Amino acid sequence: MIRRTVLSLLSLLPLAACSSNSDSASGSATGAAGGAGMPGGTVSSAELGGPRGTIVPGSQQDLEINVGDRVFFAFDSAALDDAARQTLERQAAWLKQYPAVSVTIEGHCDERGTREYNLALGERRAQAVKNYLVALGISPDRIRTISYGKERPADPGHDETAWALNRRAVTVVNVSG
Amino acid sequence: MNGTSFFNRRHVLATAVAAAGNALALRCAFGQLYLDITRGFVEPMPIAISPFAGDTPQAREQGEAIAQVVSADLDSSGLFRTIDRRAYIQSPDELRGIPRFADWRQINAQALVTGLVRAHEPLTVEFRLWDVFGGTQLRGLRLDAPSASWRRVAHKIADAVYERLTGESGYFDTKIAYISESGPPTRRIKRVAVMDQDGANHIFLTDGSQLVLTPRLSPDVSRIAYLVFRPPAPRVVMRELASGREIVLGEFPGMSFAPRFSPDGRSLLVSIAQGGNTDLYRFDLATRQLRRLTEGAAIDTSPSYSPDGTKIVFNSDRGGSPQLYVMNADGSGVRRISFGSGRYGEPEWSPRGDLIAFSKLEKGFFHIGVMKPDGSDERLLTRAYQDESPTWSPNGRVILFCRQDRASGRTRLFSIDITGYNQREIPTPLDASDPNWSALLP
Repeated sequence: MIRRTVLSLLSLLPLAACSSNSDSASGSATGAAGGAGMPGGTVSSAELGGPRGTIVPGSQQDLEINVGDRVFFAFDSAALDDAARQTLERQAAWLKQYPAVSVTIEGHCDERGTREYNLALGERRAQAVKNYLVALGISPDRIRTISYGKERPADPGHDETAWALNRRAVTVVNVSG
Repeated sequence: MNGTSFFNRRHVLATAVAAAGNALALRCAFGQLYLDITRGFVEPMPIAISPFAGDTPQAREQGEAIAQVVSADLDSSGLFRTIDRRAYIQSPDELRGIPRFADWRQINAQALVTGLVRAHEPLTVEFRLWDVFGGTQLRGLRLDAPSASWRRVAHKIADAVYERLTGESGYFDTKIAYISESGPPTRRIKRVAVMDQDGANHIFLTDGSQLVLTPRLSPDVSRIAYLVFRPPAPRVVMRELASGREIVLGEFPGMSFAPRFSPDGRSLLVSIAQGGNTDLYRFDLATRQLRRLTEGAAIDTSPSYSPDGTKIVFNSDRGGSPQLYVMNADGSGVRRISFGSGRYGEPEWSPRGDLIAFSKLEKGFFHIGVMKPDGSDERLLTRAYQDESPTWSPNGRVILFCRQDRASGRTRLFSIDITGYNQREIPTPLDASDPNWSALLP
């Protein structure tokens, strides 16, 4: 499950790299020429967000690319594991950064349960996420929840990998107005 | 077999069936033709269904069509096998009087259905059921209806035949509500649909613009309740079937789902999910009072009343995994009834009261099964990647359910006899899920 998560996040990176290639083409050529003659130089690094100018700060895309919009659950569980809590801590920080943003937490399930039980389980998952964000200082007034049960899978497959990706809670920025 | 008496035939058949390790299929109770459907596999009873006679071409055409629907109904039960019409010796007109039974014994018909369309509009139909080997009339009935309802007339005749020969009430004059599905799995379009039990008269009740789930017909088949994803929260709504008019139930707190009518049609059980907890409530349709039936942090959903309205079976994870529980209708006296391995869900109490149908996930497979209301005598009827949503025929003999095929992802409706035999697909225009079988139409 986690491996697939990382893969799916990584799969976004080449896209980002592609769109910024033309901007940085001359820079990287310079860097290569300079680097060749630099003896024992240290390499410094800095966090790189999404490509500048393409992502609106405080938007759904910003949340997806720079924070992570979803957390995953074990089978028939609404418990938040370490990875989920880390994602939600980033989401809480992000929500504090954009106090005008309100969100809906969508709870989802895999297809290996009955429709009605899954509607209840999805609500329990969404609420678990809401409770954690509230515990981290986000006002409950900014967070709504909805359960889709197993009605909106992220992955249409019928195997363990798909089920793991579908047992999720997704934080969705409300479009105001 | 020409000229063999029914009793001799019965002996031969009984021997053959016993040799095959199956239950006795045909027997003669008090000297009359009778089909015992309460045990295991039943050898289908050969039956002749003559096209109904008529005095005008229009009436004859109608009589032909009615006989076809009666045949299809009875054949679909798996309990009867209609003998090919080309083998019939007597014509429909010759059958206006007493049949020449010898002609029908020759083709081994155990029972014979004859009929006459007296008038076309409004429709007046007479039918008779004959015991061919006993040489007696078992049933005679005259039915009047607008000619547009001719299929219902045919279904009522099939019900009368089924009832007379099996001793159980029929289930052919019924409707099936279900969810029609189309589009990709990640953006599935779902619509509430209603059709006759045999797939005819199919209509869509919703247009697919909103996600809808779990339709449930009222006991008098005049209303339908279902879940709709409509802001601000998914909720149960109810409509009149005839007019399509929505009957506003008002706002429930949180998300309301999993509607089920009480046997008297006066109230609706709903599940309400709020703050991570799902409980069962009863909503009185007249007073609009909402009464909570379960408490605690567990998921309590998928309720179903016993036919006498005194008990409710439901699905709960209060014991750590989804299991089946029974309580009194006021919420008192909760006790667990499922103790097998696996995860149980979607219990539905049989209209006869003797069994509870459910779905069960065990070792990677879904099953449709039945158990007694005290949880004993569990039997699994199906095994597949994903079998769900069992719903009973009104006579408690047949279960309709939804099956998803793993390779194609397609979802379709199937029926199966509670003996575990006679599994059949119910054809629908698109994919189908969440079936709900109505009571016999009033």
